[in-house]
Amino acid sequence: MPQSLFLVAYDGTETQVVDAAIRFAKRQGAALFVVHVLEWSPYSFLTQEELAQRHKVRQAELAKAEEVVMRPLLAKIREEGVTAEGIVRHGNPADVIVALAKEKGAELILGGRSNRLSDRVFGGVASGLAQSSPIPVMIIP
Amino acid sequence: MVPTQRALLRLLALTMCFIFHAATANAGTIDENINAAVASVTGPFVSFIFSSFPGTNFPWIVLWLIIAATIFTIYFGFIQIRGFGLAIALVKGDYSKPEEAGEVSHFQALTTALSGTVGLGNIAGVAVAISIGGPGATFWMIMAGLMGMASKFTECTLGVKYRNEYPDGTVSGGPMYYLSKGLAEKGLAPLGRVLAVIFAIFCILGSFGGGNMFQANQMHAQVVNVTGGDASYLNGQGWLTGLVMAALVFSVIVGGIKSIARFAERIVPIMALIYLAAGLAILIREYQQIPQALSEIVEGAFTGLGVAGGMVGALIQGFRRAAFSNEAGVGSASIAHAAVRTNEPVTEGFVSLLEPFIDTVVICTMTALVINVSGVLQSDPQTGLYIWNAASGHIATADNLTGVELTSRAFATAFDWFPYVLAVAVILFAFSTMISWSYYGLKAWTYLFGEGKNIELTYKVLFCVFVIIGAAMNLSAVIDFADAAIFAMALINIIGLYILMPVVKREMNSYLARIKSGEVRKTKA
Repeated sequence: MPQSLFLVAYDGTETQVVDAAIRFAKRQGAALFVVHVLEWSPYSFLTQEELAQRHKVRQAELAKAEEVVMRPLLAKIREEGVTAEGIVRHGNPADVIVALAKEKGAELILGGRSNRLSDRVFGGVASGLAQSSPIPVMIIP
Repeated sequence: MVPTQRALLRLLALTMCFIFHAATANAGTIDENINAAVASVTGPFVSFIFSSFPGTNFPWIVLWLIIAATIFTIYFGFIQIRGFGLAIALVKGDYSKPEEAGEVSHFQALTTALSGTVGLGNIAGVAVAISIGGPGATFWMIMAGLMGMASKFTECTLGVKYRNEYPDGTVSGGPMYYLSKGLAEKGLAPLGRVLAVIFAIFCILGSFGGGNMFQANQMHAQVVNVTGGDASYLNGQGWLTGLVMAALVFSVIVGGIKSIARFAERIVPIMALIYLAAGLAILIREYQQIPQALSEIVEGAFTGLGVAGGMVGALIQGFRRAAFSNEAGVGSASIAHAAVRTNEPVTEGFVSLLEPFIDTVVICTMTALVINVSGVLQSDPQTGLYIWNAASGHIATADNLTGVELTSRAFATAFDWFPYVLAVAVILFAFSTMISWSYYGLKAWTYLFGEGKNIELTYKVLFCVFVIIGAAMNLSAVIDFADAAIFAMALINIIGLYILMPVVKREMNSYLARIKSGEVRKTKA
């Protein structure tokens, strides 16, 4: 039987989600796949100059997220002896996480919840996941 | 560095002298003097572009546009109809790959290009067309919009295909690049270089004319209109409105204050929707008038309904104003569309064909219908023909209005508060169009003179000076120069499009075949 895979949705601050993910992965002998989403809407408005520079800006955003968020995080998880891969991607967080969970065949999604007022009122990424995910979602408070 | 700075200072000093001279010389207001000074310079250029075929009053440049749009429509097998559904699917992102998220989307390229084209051409330009060409001009305007979709498809596909990508990841595209690179591929490198340079010169002129002076002029007209008309303090003080606008434009393009541009451009789609909604409300209210208006539009298209020039007059006005509004065949929009990230240049071609549709077939038609049903054009109740005001060269209207004031009056017949909303819309439309065109012009400028801080600054300062000049001049002089510059761009651009259209056809056929075979698939269910 192949190793199970848990998907970790990480916004760059929620260390409790990572700690829990490592704990569960160890207990189940599972591997982790970390997803860090840079919020981006293809329907936002860009000025002419932003249009011309978008490719450059995007490369810079990805490189920075990779270096500041993803690389240290994967190193930390691997130090604990857990197999881990990760990806940084632009888009709507809930949509991207669900799509990648399907693509990678993950069994479980682990994520945090935001305490921002707007997210409490309108539902943040966590409620988006709860609504659209085809696999179990675990929210680590 | 130093010589350029000195040149820049000298330029500024000259401009100030020019304005002061205009202000103090002779009797007459500042505006009148600016008007006379500029008209004497632009006159020969305007009369060359709009010269008619010998023995007729048909400007050859209008025929040039009609022929081009017809050829592209037929050559690409009515792509504007066949490709319409695909265009919408592409804009919705049905074919976008998730791993490419974060790049410029088709939707973003389209909306940015639209913010440059939806401007006063849609509001004021249409009023000019109808007051000179009669309601029949509407028919030809719609035809021009529909056929222009094929021209836009061609130029935007080429804009993406032959753009320059620099090592740092920024892109530059547009007619300058496809003319020089595309024609070189065909073994016509010297011709391509010459055309690219001429195009760039005309593009700079166009950015001063249609993308700037016309916008400033009509914005000022509407501001005067809502602040008391002839009694307004601002009446005849266009340079003052121009100065304020120039300061705002300066703060964005030189000062780099993005928040102002962002604010204006975010509001533009909302204003466009308010404008359409108000138009729709008027049409619903006056629904009994619609059959009459439609029949006048169709009848007028072929007879002119007493308008001087008859059918030909209506046709010329319709095509002129449509080309001015949607810029199809002009090449400007391909500069904006070229920034999209795609391996398939033709996908952006499909998306861009929505632009003349939204701009002309939807928004311009709305303006035209409102003017027609509102009864602001005066007709003779006995004959049903329009009364021609020979002195001012257009159909007699209430208070002899034309341009943006006529549109404003037409909307005011239903909602008396609408001129104020329109004034806000007009300022925002004018502003966003100016910002877009300043970018188009700058790209042409740097193509000619190379990149560099001072080189770019020179252009930007010049651009702001033209805001003031445009606001101060009178409408017909501004319109003639604005049109002439835009049509001169089309003249060069279309030569290139003819030579390169087989390239576009290859791209189109290959892409459509791959959609059919299932090789290119929707990424969304």
